[in-house]
Amino acid sequence: MSSNGHGIEPTDNGVSAHKSDDLAPVEDQHVAHPPRRTDIDPRAERRAEHQVATMFGLAGLTAIVSVVAFVAIDPDRLIYVPVIGETSANNVVFGATFGLSMFLIGAGAIHWARQLMPAQEVVAERHDLTSDPADRADAIAVYQEGADGSGFAQRKIIRRSLLGAMALFPLPLLIILRGLGPKVMDPQVLGETIWKRNEPIVTDPTSRKLRPQDIPVGGLVNAVPESLKEIEEREGTLNARAKAGLILVRLTPGEIRSQQGDGWDYQGILAFSKICTHVGCPISLYEQRTHHLLCPCHQSTFDLADSGSVVFGPARRHLPQLPITVDAEGYLVAASGFQEPIGPSFWERSS
Amino acid sequence: MNSLAAKRRHPGAVLVVLFMGLCLTGVIYSVVGSAATAGAAPKAASSTEVDHGRQLFIEGCSSCHGIGAQGTQNAPTLVGVGAAAVDFQVSTGRMPLAAPGGQAERKPPLYTDEQISNLAAFIATLGPGPEIPSASDLNFINADLAEGGDLFRTNCAQCHNFAGSGGALSNGQYAPNLRQATPRQIYEAMLTGPQAMPVFANTTITPQDKQKILKYVTYLQTSPNPGGQDLGRLGPVTESLALFTIGFGALIAVSIWIGARAK
Repeated sequence: MSSNGHGIEPTDNGVSAHKSDDLAPVEDQHVAHPPRRTDIDPRAERRAEHQVATMFGLAGLTAIVSVVAFVAIDPDRLIYVPVIGETSANNVVFGATFGLSMFLIGAGAIHWARQLMPAQEVVAERHDLTSDPADRADAIAVYQEGADGSGFAQRKIIRRSLLGAMALFPLPLLIILRGLGPKVMDPQVLGETIWKRNEPIVTDPTSRKLRPQDIPVGGLVNAVPESLKEIEEREGTLNARAKAGLILVRLTPGEIRSQQGDGWDYQGILAFSKICTHVGCPISLYEQRTHHLLCPCHQSTFDLADSGSVVFGPARRHLPQLPITVDAEGYLVAASGFQEPIGPSFWERSS
Repeated sequence: MNSLAAKRRHPGAVLVVLFMGLCLTGVIYSVVGSAATAGAAPKAASSTEVDHGRQLFIEGCSSCHGIGAQGTQNAPTLVGVGAAAVDFQVSTGRMPLAAPGGQAERKPPLYTDEQISNLAAFIATLGPGPEIPSASDLNFINADLAEGGDLFRTNCAQCHNFAGSGGALSNGQYAPNLRQATPRQIYEAMLTGPQAMPVFANTTITPQDKQKILKYVTYLQTSPNPGGQDLGRLGPVTESLALFTIGFGALIAVSIWIGARAK
């Protein structure tokens, strides 16, 4: 056989072998590493030994110090540490000593390995991945014996019932995916809030009713329905609050370019849902000069002077507006509930 | 003295001299600065104060706000903004503006307390507006801290951050951090709604509720921080940045040491 040009040629049993004149034996290729100081100088070796022992000793000592510090230092005592600032003395001393203890154990071990343990390279030979033919034949024989003993081929009824079970087994896994899809649900759950006609608008969290003259131009009020408190106490959940959050802003009537319905404001006071239509974060970052409302989660921006329309960000629907008016005593109330579902999209939503 | 002179060419000498210089500057600045801001207590505006305020206004403010404070295309009218707005804007150094732009920044005030009160007295004569809060308005000693936290998180935290660290708005504007704001400035900001901030009048957040908010902000400003370096209290952004740079940097350094060949 001629050489294949790579210095390697097949041998009789099909395994490639190196040509001895092309590739030198492994040990001859080594770059000779210069010996370390600890290899040739006994004093350096002793010094390294002491260094490692010192690190381990200090590790034990700092561990004890950290226990003492944790017990002895008043947790309320503050000290000034550069860069970190005013901070708890207990935290600093415990953390520093305990951390140092851990670090010194590791550093000592590494120093030991680098300076004192043998430093020559060794070669670990790889073995063939294939098992030898006798083992393979044995394994096949064991499998065959088990298969024959199980009677899988003869016992039809067991075989068929097992296949049937395996075919039906994935069904529950598929059916739970159905829970992600549309379902028959009380439309009120996501589609309606507790706002209704003549529901008084009160401040959050102080629950005070508001008159129109209470809200100055440029003002912002975080509001909730008056009945929320009672409903929260009865239900014991935050579900009603999560949908009913409202913000009131006042513009001069001339600044309002459009609204979602005729006369839904009251003398320039606009009421909008506080729940972002993107994924439902509560939003009240209101810039009173631009009348923009910013969502802190994904930067959706709504223009409250222009029907709460989206001017920036991932939201795709305007912020729902609540029509408001005043009651007989002159307090601000809702003129009706929301005219569309508030907040982010859901399967059952019609629009 | 000779030993000191001998060490003057030491590499560390530059750092020592620089440090001493910085300390000296700091001491002088704090002495001079506190002397300048220790002003007179507010008192009822007399006509001489209004006259003095008008004079200051014409010299320092009228080029943007107009001779009659009626506003120009560069600046809003000051008729009806009230004394509280003037006190807030000038005592925080936001006015006069360093340069027109999205945001008026806090800086050392240009006017003394007396000059500010004269300016405020003059602007207050132009039309009715929020007054500077009185000492009793600002007395929050007995206010409820927990309710103040509730009010702060509902009304303030969306822009100023849960710890009062401030946050970004649109077009280069931002809600400033509240670390340096005095109770009086916070009260005035709520009353007047400076720049992008909405107005939180006494009719929507009562003076009692405002005192609770003052108590909470003061608590945020002064409460100790046992956890040490707070990285600006901005949440996960600075925290992960510190972890990635300092934490990973240390791990890489140790890994290099472990892998390096010993001599």
